[in-house]
Amino acid sequence: MIEIKNVCKSFDGNEVLKNVSIVFEKGKTNLIIGRSGSGKTVMLKCILGLFDIDSGEIWYDDRNFTAIGRKERKKIRQEIGMVFQGGALFDSISVEGNVRFPLDMFTRMSLKEKQQRVEFCLSHVNIDKKAYKLSPSEISGGMKKRVAIARAIALNPRYLFCDEPNSGLDPETSTVIDQLLIDLTKEFEMTTIINTHDMNSVIEIGETIFFLNKGEKEWVGTNKEVLNSNNPHLNDFIFANKLYALMRRDNKSI
Amino acid sequence: MKFFFHVGRYFSMLKLVMAKPEKHRMYLKQLIYEIENLGVNSVGIVVIISIFIGGIMTIQFSYALMNPLYPSYLIGLATRDTLLLEFSSTMLALIMAGKIGSNITSEIGSMRVTEQIDSLEIMGVNAASYLILPKIIAVVFIFPFLYIISVFFGILGGLVTGPLTGTITLPEYVDGIKTLFVPYYATFSIIKSLVFGFLVASVPAYFGYYVQGGALDVGKASTQAVVNTNILILFFDLILTRLLLT
Repeated sequence: MIEIKNVCKSFDGNEVLKNVSIVFEKGKTNLIIGRSGSGKTVMLKCILGLFDIDSGEIWYDDRNFTAIGRKERKKIRQEIGMVFQGGALFDSISVEGNVRFPLDMFTRMSLKEKQQRVEFCLSHVNIDKKAYKLSPSEISGGMKKRVAIARAIALNPRYLFCDEPNSGLDPETSTVIDQLLIDLTKEFEMTTIINTHDMNSVIEIGETIFFLNKGEKEWVGTNKEVLNSNNPHLNDFIFANKLYALMRRDNKSI
Repeated sequence: MKFFFHVGRYFSMLKLVMAKPEKHRMYLKQLIYEIENLGVNSVGIVVIISIFIGGIMTIQFSYALMNPLYPSYLIGLATRDTLLLEFSSTMLALIMAGKIGSNITSEIGSMRVTEQIDSLEIMGVNAASYLILPKIIAVVFIFPFLYIISVFFGILGGLVTGPLTGTITLPEYVDGIKTLFVPYYATFSIIKSLVFGFLVASVPAYFGYYVQGGALDVGKASTQAVVNTNILILFFDLILTRLLLT
């Protein structure tokens, strides 16, 4: 479980997060949604410690992330898997090298054990063995995302973060990624936090959804409730998608 | 004020860079890669530049020392001492700041803007240390060798060009090379090359590590890195010459 309490963050006097408090539950896919510029990525980076918060607290289970030193933070970070928007794979090493990197850095596994783990992670995200030796520049966007997920789960993380995992992907690949994320969350009992503005993901995997608007948490609910909310900002956000707007007009369910 | 901000942040970065590595074996692997990437791959350009500059200097010195009162061996001596004292250490460092420095800034800068550095940090890796320390050690280690290679091939360039163009005979040139040799000149220049090596690796790394924005900003940072490294090389050349040679 990850809990953030009264978090505020501003840049040059511009308040991006305003007193946000959220509990992200373990074993669930927790989605943060909102317009571009609503503070989603800033919040994710604050939780990860890439940005220092102005005030408030961030708790990883019973550990206060904001009150601990660099060394202790490092320990927590080794329990975190992160999937960046662009994948953030290391260009200079191969697909399997990317997944092996955290194992090389933080474990004392033998070569054979590492190779087994790499193959386990890559097969979990449906990467063909032929792609193992390719460099990240030689694979498609969808594959990059899947390799990034494989790298993120290599160390058996307790917490998984994804920043817009479906951006730039076709709907079919997006569905595959969504399914992967929900399956991995259940299988490894992780606390998964996903930043997205992809409505299909919201409906497919949003077990808990947090709607951010102008740096404030405006709505919390599930994918079952999101289409029937009374929050005008959330409705503006969701029904900007014509398909959902038409469905609402015709009273059709998903 | 901006100057002090950058100086302060540069030293903060160096503090991070010098932190204890997470896993020595991974750093060693990276170090070997950097020695090849930044050092061994620079040998070719160093050889070519040194041969040509050695040859050009020999022709120019022969033109400048055409007076019959000057003995011909002075051409060889002047070429040798110029290479030993200034060209193979300072000039080469300025050239390497362009080649190695821009390479370091663009590599680290690209990693920054594509979130690869964030990715390392989130894994719990000290990204500054893992990315920059092997580069600094590799460049500091390889620079004295590049200096020696440059002096050797510079002298060889003069040796070939002088007799070929008829400006000096081979025995006169060799005589000049051997006359009044001061071994301390080499020691002095090797000390300089160690300092320049540190600057050529660490200053561009700083500009790459703190770049913000996109590809255009990485390009701008590379230019800034090369300009600032060149200025610092000349500044430290002045200080070291004053301290060690006069």
